Amino acid sequence: MSAVSASEKVDGFTRKSVRKAQRQQRRSQGSSQFRSQGSLPELCELPRLTDASSTEQQELFTQKLQQCCTLFDDFDSVSDLKSKEIKRAALSELVEYMSSCRGVLVESIYPDIIIMISTNIFRTLPPSENPDFDPEEDEPTLEASWPHIQLVYDFFLRFLENPDFQSSIAKRYIEQKFVLQLLELFDSEDPREREFLKTILHRIYGKFLGLRAFIRKHINNIFLRFIYETDHFNGIAELLEILGSIINGFALPLKAEHKQFLLKVLIPMHTAKGLTLFHAQLAYCVVQFLEKDSTLSEPVIRGLLKFWPKTCSQKEVMFLGEIEEVLDVIEPTQFKKIEEPLFKQIGKCVANPHFQVAERALYFWNNEYILSLIEENIENILPIMFGSLYRISKEHWNPTIVALVYSVLKTMMEMNSILFDELTSSYKAERQREMKKEQEREELWKKLDDLQIKKALGAQSNSHGLQNLHSNTNTNNSNEGDGSVPSPSEAEPKLISTQ
Amino acid sequence: MAGADGDDSLYPIAVLIDELRNEDVQLRLNSIKKLSTIALALGVERTRTELLPFLTDTIYDEDEVLLALAEQLGNFTMLVGGPEYVHCLLPPLESLATVEETVVRDKAVESLRKISHEHSPVDLEVHFEPLVKRLASGDWFTSRTSACGLFSVCYPRVSSTVKAEIRQHFRTLCSDDTPMVRRAAASKLGEFAKVLELEYVKSDIISLFTALASDEQDSVRLLAVEACVSIATLLPQEDLESLVMPTLRQAAEDKSWRVRYMVADKFSELQKAVGPEITKNDLVPAFQNLLKDCEAEVRAAAANKVKEFCENLPEDSKETIIMTHILPCVKELVSDTNQHVKSALASVIMGLSTILGKDNTIEHLLPLFLAQLKDECPEVRLNIISNLDCVNEVIGIRQLSQSLLPAIVELAEDAKWRVRLAIIEYMPLLAGQLGVEFFDEKLNSLCMAWLVDHVYAIREAATCNLMKLVEKFGAEWAQNTIVPKVLGMANDPNYLHRMTTLFCINALSEACGQDITTKHMLPVVLKMSNDQVANVRFNVAKSLQKIGPVLDSNALQTEVKPVLEKLATDQDMDVKYFAQEAMSVLALA
Repeated sequence: MSAVSASEKVDGFTRKSVRKAQRQQRRSQGSSQFRSQGSLPELCELPRLTDASSTEQQELFTQKLQQCCTLFDDFDSVSDLKSKEIKRAALSELVEYMSSCRGVLVESIYPDIIIMISTNIFRTLPPSENPDFDPEEDEPTLEASWPHIQLVYDFFLRFLENPDFQSSIAKRYIEQKFVLQLLELFDSEDPREREFLKTILHRIYGKFLGLRAFIRKHINNIFLRFIYETDHFNGIAELLEILGSIINGFALPLKAEHKQFLLKVLIPMHTAKGLTLFHAQLAYCVVQFLEKDSTLSEPVIRGLLKFWPKTCSQKEVMFLGEIEEVLDVIEPTQFKKIEEPLFKQIGKCVANPHFQVAERALYFWNNEYILSLIEENIENILPIMFGSLYRISKEHWNPTIVALVYSVLKTMMEMNSILFDELTSSYKAERQREMKKEQEREELWKKLDDLQIKKALGAQSNSHGLQNLHSNTNTNNSNEGDGSVPSPSEAEPKLISTQ
Repeated sequence: MAGADGDDSLYPIAVLIDELRNEDVQLRLNSIKKLSTIALALGVERTRTELLPFLTDTIYDEDEVLLALAEQLGNFTMLVGGPEYVHCLLPPLESLATVEETVVRDKAVESLRKISHEHSPVDLEVHFEPLVKRLASGDWFTSRTSACGLFSVCYPRVSSTVKAEIRQHFRTLCSDDTPMVRRAAASKLGEFAKVLELEYVKSDIISLFTALASDEQDSVRLLAVEACVSIATLLPQEDLESLVMPTLRQAAEDKSWRVRYMVADKFSELQKAVGPEITKNDLVPAFQNLLKDCEAEVRAAAANKVKEFCENLPEDSKETIIMTHILPCVKELVSDTNQHVKSALASVIMGLSTILGKDNTIEHLLPLFLAQLKDECPEVRLNIISNLDCVNEVIGIRQLSQSLLPAIVELAEDAKWRVRLAIIEYMPLLAGQLGVEFFDEKLNSLCMAWLVDHVYAIREAATCNLMKLVEKFGAEWAQNTIVPKVLGMANDPNYLHRMTTLFCINALSEACGQDITTKHMLPVVLKMSNDQVANVRFNVAKSLQKIGPVLDSNALQTEVKPVLEKLATDQDMDVKYFAQEAMSVLALA
């Protein structure tokens, strides 16, 4: 047999990390933009800008910009080495020139600059090397053309930050289509590129007032597509970071458009699979909104409750963290409006068998402000929470949680001991009532089913189509078994029972 | 009928309302799933006047509940009183068609499409079409997206004035501000084109198609490629060149690989839609380019279509085109840098041999097959081996056997059990073609090794494989080569291997016949009834039941019966059960 480990033979599909290590993966990615069209003209070195006389400088500047529009196959690391080096040198000289020299930004140079930038950075991003790319675990694929592109981005940034920069001229070239292409690039897998894009987009948002609404609208579209269509976009965190500061600058009262963005885009974003990657930025945006307008806390909390994770404990912990941040800035009147549904959810979290979820929820009682809100409303909150807490104090497997629950119960008992005693004494009766209700419900349904049969019999003569009324149960017992694993112990391998 | 049950008829709605307000989502979900029960209990009239308004007004719930509701309402026509009243279902479905969650919306649209057919033409204009219009001019993108799926179902059955309105609405949505809506419109363009009159296809659809195909977003452009197939099928041949081809050519060279991928993926459909002349002049060079594309994804999609494309080429020039234009590209793909491309090619390349015939196959294709058989990636090799039968038909397997063998041996030990499984399934075919001698020499040991594989599925397949081999090579061969090895495993220290002996006997007894079974197999089975592992013992009972019909009555009475009687008193209940079952089946009880 070949040199394959036994565990691999059994399972066939080994752990992801192992599989990845085995694969000879190319680490960097050629951009899809480059398509070899025969041989490229070789670049020839131009004189240095600093060596040229001031009259020639402008002409040379233009020439260098044009020279830098030549693209190379950066995946092929041996071809055109000389030309690539000339381009790199020219680009770094341009960066230097843009940041140190004054008065170089004359009106006629703007189109050349924008053409150079667009030619280099705007490209269709290549398909991902790794279709099940997990940003938390995997190394990102890096952009092969980075040595050049980095300088282009740097140049772009210095161009925008140049004291002579005039947005009134630039807006003819940096227009909607340009911004749209820039936004598409945020999907780049290379974090270095996204970092540059973030700063650049932020500058553009600051300098081009006419583009602001357009930028917001398209970020909106990217987010909606991410939530409802693709579930994949690499630059969500960066876009949210920009939005955080944009929201900060919103004028009061908030426009309907902005509120809609919060409730119909930001809140549904919590459903994303990769929430971990951008939750901090997302929560920051949400809290920014609430600090602007406290009446939004009710719909925000209701929204979070609607999208509360059902199975992912890690996400639940994040949701609880965000709820705490929201509660930190909530007004007591708003709190009253959501206390009931909110504490029902917190009650479920406290009773969660995953101790991190339970623990995170119980930490709310360490927060002074939340504690004061609870105290003010103890007559409503205690009855909601009591059942879960009481049960957990007896049942939870984790001793830390039990200890925490006891201290929470004690805190609440101190807030209203009369109510606490009442609830303790009625706990059992309450339980029984619930069970009885459950039984009643079952009986009702049974009765209803009987009724249906009676009706169906009666209706047969009326030839009603009833075939599809009986909900068909879907038994999905697909056996994908790998079979049994040989057991070294001979004594008790009784795997199969009566078939 | 309704109300006739007196008291009984009052509580269904109360139950439902109570349950729909329950805190537990699962209970709400259950009650929605039984909505038809409730409607039936209520009768058609109360369903219309009470249940539906209640659902329309009070439902704000989890998406999972809404999804169930959207699905239920699509089957509700009879429950509201038949086609005459089907429009009562529109209000709740309309609001479901505007929710954010895509699956809910899609389900609502699906149900709307379903019940649209149950509307009379008048109802369609009075109730359904206004709904489509409202959705199409909704504020939030969700309702406009939903509207896109509804135009084609009502268009054919409304008056020409209303038709003009529908066309106008569709036009508006094709240039909607939101890319999501444009994507929805683009994906329904082909479907809509099919229900339009030809003059409007030419005047309206073509301009929309051209616009969508040059949209700023590649996700919209690629959907236009899909529509291209339907549109090209609708138009007369003479209009294709001027109306469709410029756009298609542009798509095949789009700067976004996603669009090119789509062209490659739809290539066979496009080929059929545009006909032989355009295929010869335009599609052949386009296909060559796709096979040489700079993105592996596109090359892989194109490679997948090689066989189909070649098959559908016009007869008169088929061979010339393949030999001069396609084959050179295929040759390059064999040594592609990307394994998915090679694997895609390997899955179809064998199909070319039937198109090209024996001589061309030996001269041009065989070297390619052999190269792929030696490929470093197991998937590529597996794809070649899985399609051997097509080449076999053309040139016979002897030609391949020399190079085939090393590849098979290697795949037989592949780390992935599914690969091993695929190879096992090819064994009987290979054995039949290579003959006994060759098999004994080269492949027999492999087949036996699989019997002790770590994965049950492989052991099971190996057992089944042995049976097929015995059917091919006969009982004598089995007695000499297989049976001794199989029976030897009965003494293996691992109980799983001992059980494999039993499974093999189950499979082989019939093919081997009474003589071998009685003389060689039966003693081993009987001996194993003393095994210390219960699983082995009850499998002995099962085996005896299985091989019983092959034995003569003497052996049954004198040898099998006592053993089964003993097992029937075993301390393990499963052993008892199977022993008793065997006795009753064999009529020994």
